[in-house]
Amino acid sequence: MQVIQERRELMPLNTVLLLGAALFCIGLAVVVTRKNAIAVLIGIELMLNATNLNLVAFSRFDAVELQGQVFALFVITVAAAEAAVALAIVIKVYQHFQTANLDKINELKG
Amino acid sequence: MPIENIIFYAFLGLTGLSALFILLSKNILYSAFALIATFIGMAGIFVLLGAEFVAITQILVYVGGVLILMVFGIMLTNRLSQAKVETEVYNKFFGILISAGLFYILAKAIEMADFANMGWMKNTPSAPSSVSDLGMKIMTDYVLVFEVIGILLLLALIGAVRIAGNTREEGTDAA
Repeated sequence: MQVIQERRELMPLNTVLLLGAALFCIGLAVVVTRKNAIAVLIGIELMLNATNLNLVAFSRFDAVELQGQVFALFVITVAAAEAAVALAIVIKVYQHFQTANLDKINELKG
Repeated sequence: MPIENIIFYAFLGLTGLSALFILLSKNILYSAFALIATFIGMAGIFVLLGAEFVAITQILVYVGGVLILMVFGIMLTNRLSQAKVETEVYNKFFGILISAGLFYILAKAIEMADFANMGWMKNTPSAPSSVSDLGMKIMTDYVLVFEVIGILLLLALIGAVRIAGNTREEGTDAA
């Protein structure tokens, strides 16, 4: 118990949560400001990771149930699946439109 | 200052600075490499937070898998004769403004909530977790979710191959 209390004071929860918030906001800014589809994907990965940081940070207070860590693992899995499908779509879109610029991809008819 | 604390702040700085570099750099390839640094820094923070297995998974899946996919994606969606793979930036003012505002709200909320001093957090009887505890949890309590996520991953990979694969022989349905 004493060791855990010390570890908690060494890595303050608020600092980790602030880092998570900062990463989420940087990811949001990247998603909003970039025109290239892959740069937008990089921003989305950053946002997903910021949520993981929060889950793991709170999981430290729940070492018996470990729900936060398990959920973080599932988030990582879903993010990997999302990245694979999204990159496949981006590559197909590039083959069709000859560009990955999201502003120029504005036709619905294939 | 104890050594553990110094390592923690070093990883914190690595994560924050490389994330800022992603925001400031126009070159997509540099952004992808900075993302690797961000993920490695985060894996270090996960280890210090007592989530070793999540940290290893982070490195295996992100640095070893997703980032390689992204670099391949950059390679396949840019004309390589171009000297630099740069992206255009737009909505700069409002994008930064919105995310800075969101960060202000979140930081204010974190500060006001003051999670670390809540009673139920101070008084939780917790023991240091281990990888074997996590494995037991996944294989007992969360086994259904584990199987479902496996099926989701399989479906996503088959779907990705089907979408990105060459479909010319099959007619005009996916051209």
